[in-house]
Amino acid sequence: MNGADVKAVTPKKKKIKRSSGIVAGKHQWKAWLYLAPALILLLVFTVWPIINTVRMAFLNNYNGLAAIGGQTFDFGIKNFQWVINAPDFMNCLSNTAILCVLTVPISTVLALLIAVALNSIKVLQKFLQTIFFLPYVTNSIAIGMVFAAMFNIVGNTGTSGNDIIVTAGIINNIIEFFGGTAVNWINNGSTHVANMAVMVIYIVWNALPFKILILLGGLQSINRQYYDAAKVDGTSKFRTLTRITVPLLSPMLAYVVITGFIGGFKEYTSIVGIFGESMGPVHNPDSMNTIVGLVYDALENGYQGRASAAALVLFAIILVITMINLWVSKKKVHY
Amino acid sequence: MDNKQPNRSSFLINDEIKCASCGKVLLKKNGVGLLRGKKDEDGTYLCSKCYEMKYPAKMKKKLSPKAKRAKVGKVLYMILVYAFLVIMALAILFPFYWMINSSLKTLPEYKLSVPTLWPRTIMFSNYVEAFNQANLGRLFLNTAYVGIVSTILSLVITVLSAFAFARLEFKGKDLIFGAMLATMMIPGELFTITNYITVANFGWLNTYTVLIVPFLVSVFYIYLLRQNFMQIPNELYLAAKIDGTSDIKYLWKVMIPLSMPTLISITILKMMGAWNSYIWPRLVANDDAHKLITNGLRNAFTESTGDVNYPVQMAAVALVSFPLFLVFVFLRKYIMKGVSRSGIKG
Repeated sequence: MNGADVKAVTPKKKKIKRSSGIVAGKHQWKAWLYLAPALILLLVFTVWPIINTVRMAFLNNYNGLAAIGGQTFDFGIKNFQWVINAPDFMNCLSNTAILCVLTVPISTVLALLIAVALNSIKVLQKFLQTIFFLPYVTNSIAIGMVFAAMFNIVGNTGTSGNDIIVTAGIINNIIEFFGGTAVNWINNGSTHVANMAVMVIYIVWNALPFKILILLGGLQSINRQYYDAAKVDGTSKFRTLTRITVPLLSPMLAYVVITGFIGGFKEYTSIVGIFGESMGPVHNPDSMNTIVGLVYDALENGYQGRASAAALVLFAIILVITMINLWVSKKKVHY
Repeated sequence: MDNKQPNRSSFLINDEIKCASCGKVLLKKNGVGLLRGKKDEDGTYLCSKCYEMKYPAKMKKKLSPKAKRAKVGKVLYMILVYAFLVIMALAILFPFYWMINSSLKTLPEYKLSVPTLWPRTIMFSNYVEAFNQANLGRLFLNTAYVGIVSTILSLVITVLSAFAFARLEFKGKDLIFGAMLATMMIPGELFTITNYITVANFGWLNTYTVLIVPFLVSVFYIYLLRQNFMQIPNELYLAAKIDGTSDIKYLWKVMIPLSMPTLISITILKMMGAWNSYIWPRLVANDDAHKLITNGLRNAFTESTGDVNYPVQMAAVALVSFPLFLVFVFLRKYIMKGVSRSGIKG
């Protein structure tokens, strides 16, 4: 809306307020009536959980069943101590952090390159754009199972040298075709690095469509004149990308990176898709667990206090990461 | 006439200039403009095509080596761009291809150490087996029921709240709206724990209610629709009021038709959310009668410890993915629109 429109609307708004003053009483109860279903549901399923989660987190070893049985719990920070000292916690934290640090930059750079390439072509643009959006409308568990099948070695592996490999999986087949050696990606005896690599590939594949969509939208709104000016000056393609495209796209890039980090720290279902609910390869279950996984583990064992504490820790991490992101983008983003 | 002729510059002339060879008008009579042609040696004019035919060597000479290099560079660049895009597109499509390819193979063929790129014998029976083994019929029905009911209820709640926030005046409006927006920052995991206790206390575990009610209100959809409603001029509402139209009728006849694209986006994203939700359904409704599709799919093929029939598993995955593809093919526009504004999955 431009300035003239705003000016034109303002006096009318005042009039409306005056006229609605006459029937204000009538409007008031109506508004509350319309809002009632949303407000009631929000109170029960959003506001109360916020209060209750904080309460449970600060009651030592709070357990819902025991609470119904009449047991009382002391106020304290034992739940947080349990979370920090849990043997899994450091592993979960490092898994989550590594996945974030690897997948966010890789997927953002790839998405940027694809978006720039898509924006520079005319033939097949719509068709390719549709293909690149396809992974978005998939079920992350279902496609996770496809990825698992692609990396899966069928046969008997990791049992004291008596490996009987029936099929090494299509990815290994491709690697061998190009002269490499097959890798045990996700089966019995696979290394943590190999597991991580599979997760990174899957998460990047899954994260691309949203990022491409946002970045392409941003690219299409950049004024052509900047590029014409660069052309007249004989600027190289690479310099045009780093000096014109990226700065003008920086608000979208910041948005994509921030949502990428938030999503990355909540990673859970994609790991279930590949490794199943054991959250790790057969010989080492839970080795791929994440912070969200920790929350659900504690919840399933009945320790709602610990689960709450873990959820609050997750919230705090996301808040800090987002703050850092916003702080960085304030310095780097050109609005 | 000849001495008055312009030499590729623009000014008023009295006669039109034609191409000496093909007769194409190069400059209209009394026209102002650029002469679209070239002067021949004998003083007549030729259009660029005829000129090029007459003097092919001259035209070729015109391209300096530098310009030539630039042209080659540009072609090379475009080839690189297309190659990059095609390779990435193939990488994106490969899992889908492999899913369909594997789902049509027999188990012995799947296990060949040198994989076949297309099944030798096409086994549609894998799909029948997958449908029965994973009990997909029941899972489809459960998911469809939950998806449809929760979408309809969610739309009603969203429309009513968005209308209240966009059109009505009441005390504390801005405060409530701001507080609602603030809750969007909090990760969903934080709500899940208490919500689990709450629904257990209500006695809702393993019912359809538990899958529908807790997530009916989406603050984001209310926000999205409110923005849309705000764009509809208030005069329409006041005119309707003067005519004695009720709020509901006004909503139904004016606001909803005008906001249809947003409502369709919300509907699709909500249905996809039901189709893809995993964590909450697994937690609160894990019995066979109420299991949803994603949860059922994951469990149907992890419990069996023996020889997993991978082609059947892939057939089940394909069956679960297929409705999503259909939605994608027909409603892509709305999905992309909704996603680019929301950035959330379901």
